[in-house]
Amino acid sequence: MNSALPAAVAKGPDLSKARIKRRYAAEARFRFYGLGAITFAVIFLVILLGTIVSNGYSAFVATTIALDVHLDKAAIDPDGTKNLDTISQADFRGVVRTSIRTLFPEGTGRSQERELFGIFSEGAQYDVQKRVLNNPEIIGTTQRFWVKAAPDIDMLRKGYLVAADDGTARINLTQQGFYQQLEKNGRVRTEFNTTFFTAADSREPEQAGVLGAMVGTFMTLGVCLIIVLPIGVAAAIYLEEFAPKNRWTDLIEVNINNLAAVPSIVFGLLGLAVLLNWFGMPRSAPIAGGVVLALLVLPTIIIAGRSALKAVPPSIREAALGVGASHLQTVAHHVLPLAMPGILTGTIIGMAHALGESAPLLMIGMVAFVVDVPTSLTDASTVLPVQIFLWADAPERAFVERTSAAIMVLLVFLVLMNLVAILLRKKFERRW
Amino acid sequence: MNNLIFIAVVLAVTALAYHYGRRHALGVVGGKARDLHSLPGYHGAYVALWCLVPAMTCAVLWFVIEPLVLKQMIASSILESRPGLSGDEIGLAVNEIHSLSINAYAFASATADKKALVARYLEIQSIGSTAMAVLAFAFAAAGLYYARKMIAPRLRARQAVEKAMMYAMIICSIIAVLTTIGIVFSLLFEAMRFFTYVSPIDFLFGLQWSPQIAMRSDQVGSSGAFGAVPVFAGTLLITAVSMAIAVPIGLLSAIYMAEYSSPKFRAWVKPILEVLAGIPTVVYGFFAALTMAPFVRDVGQALGLEVASESALAAGIVMGIMIIPFVSSLSDDVINAVPQSLRDGAYAMGATKSETIRQVVIPAAFPGIVGSIMLAVSRAIGETMIVVMAAGMAANLTANPFAAVTTVTVQIVTLLIGDQEFDSPKTLAAFALGLVLFVVTLILNIIALTVVRRYREQYE
Repeated sequence: MNSALPAAVAKGPDLSKARIKRRYAAEARFRFYGLGAITFAVIFLVILLGTIVSNGYSAFVATTIALDVHLDKAAIDPDGTKNLDTISQADFRGVVRTSIRTLFPEGTGRSQERELFGIFSEGAQYDVQKRVLNNPEIIGTTQRFWVKAAPDIDMLRKGYLVAADDGTARINLTQQGFYQQLEKNGRVRTEFNTTFFTAADSREPEQAGVLGAMVGTFMTLGVCLIIVLPIGVAAAIYLEEFAPKNRWTDLIEVNINNLAAVPSIVFGLLGLAVLLNWFGMPRSAPIAGGVVLALLVLPTIIIAGRSALKAVPPSIREAALGVGASHLQTVAHHVLPLAMPGILTGTIIGMAHALGESAPLLMIGMVAFVVDVPTSLTDASTVLPVQIFLWADAPERAFVERTSAAIMVLLVFLVLMNLVAILLRKKFERRW
Repeated sequence: MNNLIFIAVVLAVTALAYHYGRRHALGVVGGKARDLHSLPGYHGAYVALWCLVPAMTCAVLWFVIEPLVLKQMIASSILESRPGLSGDEIGLAVNEIHSLSINAYAFASATADKKALVARYLEIQSIGSTAMAVLAFAFAAAGLYYARKMIAPRLRARQAVEKAMMYAMIICSIIAVLTTIGIVFSLLFEAMRFFTYVSPIDFLFGLQWSPQIAMRSDQVGSSGAFGAVPVFAGTLLITAVSMAIAVPIGLLSAIYMAEYSSPKFRAWVKPILEVLAGIPTVVYGFFAALTMAPFVRDVGQALGLEVASESALAAGIVMGIMIIPFVSSLSDDVINAVPQSLRDGAYAMGATKSETIRQVVIPAAFPGIVGSIMLAVSRAIGETMIVVMAAGMAANLTANPFAAVTTVTVQIVTLLIGDQEFDSPKTLAAFALGLVLFVVTLILNIIALTVVRRYREQYE
């Protein structure tokens, strides 16, 4: 047999080794590209999260300065009646300023005084006022207050700002001098920034917090959940268990799949045109936002619900029908309970999606600057992502920090929701 | 608040009706449930539904009709005090009264005759809702009476209740269709109004976009210009940049995960990539504006290029990264759906793994991959927050990725944020842009979904 091979083949130089080498090199290269692409994506994720955390972690602490405030009776409560109305009208700004002056008894000069006052937060007087209103007995005494430093001093302490006198920096050397002297006297400390979690929005970064946005978010998501869960589950059950196969149900199905891919801002336009202009719902209110988000996540939840129902094996249905249950009883008593963990997982993921959504809410006016924590579904309010959007526009360095911190809060909520979804799936997942 | 109380009362009455119906049905047969055709619970549900449905129907009808009636009545009383107003002016006045009635702060500073109108508005509103509540409860009572009379041992209560549940489920499934119809009609309606100011040809093919309308008619550029081509071009530019990032990276990672990686690696990396899809877009927008845009500008300047601080490149790169998981997970599914026999055939011919992928798997999966890319494009076109925060506002007609361009979604947001009059072409233009956005993404989605489904069926 071997002798039948033509001799010419053996004659030429053997290129196959080189060719194979080349092909294997191409193989390794291709593999490397794939790995490189994944690495790129992962590195980017790390950079993204790293930037947010490194920008934002410092917003959870705030600089405070000890101020011994003499609560002068003549200034606060001249009549001595301890009437709360009188007290709330009193000149606490003056009281605070007097005590600031006593910090530097050697005198500062008139022009420097303004720089000195600039070290403290504008909100200091309200802190003092609040404590006096809570306990009028302290009028006439001297109390120590840890008042917030001005945002620029806070930034200086955290090392984001450098003081200079040439007008380019937000802090001049005089202010830095005051600050350093206070620090030497042990009057400056860094404490947990409770304001960030107990206040709503404010123009002053040191007084701004996410509570208002968080309450707004819970209200909006609550409305969304109440609407979307029953409707989504009912629609999923109908389409999966009862719907006849005809042109209409096909249309509904195609429609749901397409609706899931419609840009979210279009839902905002729908909300603006229909909910606000037609039904006259209040602008910026959680109720309108909740309805818009419900329409937005409805397709997601229907799709998730259908796949959860599809995962329940037909033998369950056949057994129930076999012992005489009606079609609806079969679904309500047997199929739905088995599909419920899957439906809930899908719902949580849908709600997490709604939590991060901001574009449609911009359209219905949830970008309002709201300084009060909303108390009802028709109050003007905002939500966390929109709060982030609003703060991201603010020029102050202190707001960059707070924006990142608000993002961290938002991400923590998202992680928690997804964790619950994963745990649910792990705990109740069944292989039939 | 009143609405909530109303709903709570209706629900409470319904719950009572359920118990009553159940008890009554048992009473009719002397406590022997097996003499009833349906279980006692179904009789209870039967009575409860006869209570709930009439009351809620009444409430829902009122919810739809009320704004119309209210506006009509307040318009007629405005016309009484100020005869000779045109239709548009009346509409504006009615809207003003409506907003005054909600906003206590503005109400305090309103004029006396407006206050009177607001008072009348609130009066009509409260009379209306009281009448509605009375009517709803009358219907509920009538339903209750009828249902009670119907209860008998032979009553097929289960069938009746199940039929009602079926209708309820059908209505729920139709809501998704109604949403689509609502989107189409609201966009069309407002866009039509826009096209009475600006012709569709000028809008779709005009090269000048400056929607800001001057306060006085004799100022320069008083009319505004609504040629949307620069806006469309900007959208395409940013989409192209993002696709240049997302397609190669997403596709290569999908190929690696589907063909090369060990199951363990895949189990770790796939969720990590999906985290990219789960991060809210406003976070990407913040990152794009704060970190990526300065970085791109600095790199560009180091290379001697002129880079705008809101360059299309920065927004596009970040958007591309956001879209990587969409491309990768869809392509991953598609590649996994290619039958193993095709690969085995190629291996048997002596092909290496990468040759098999490039010459057999990818061509076989090509329609599905194209579908996934189209879905990604539609996603990029409709993406809002990243571009709102990181792209420009001014409409430049350019193909230079280092320049600042604007997009359809940015324009919609800027036109609609803030105070708005619903009669100016400026706000209506947003709906025309929205219509274009909706139509384009819908076409992309329909084609992509059809392609992907056909492809799946081919190998099933």
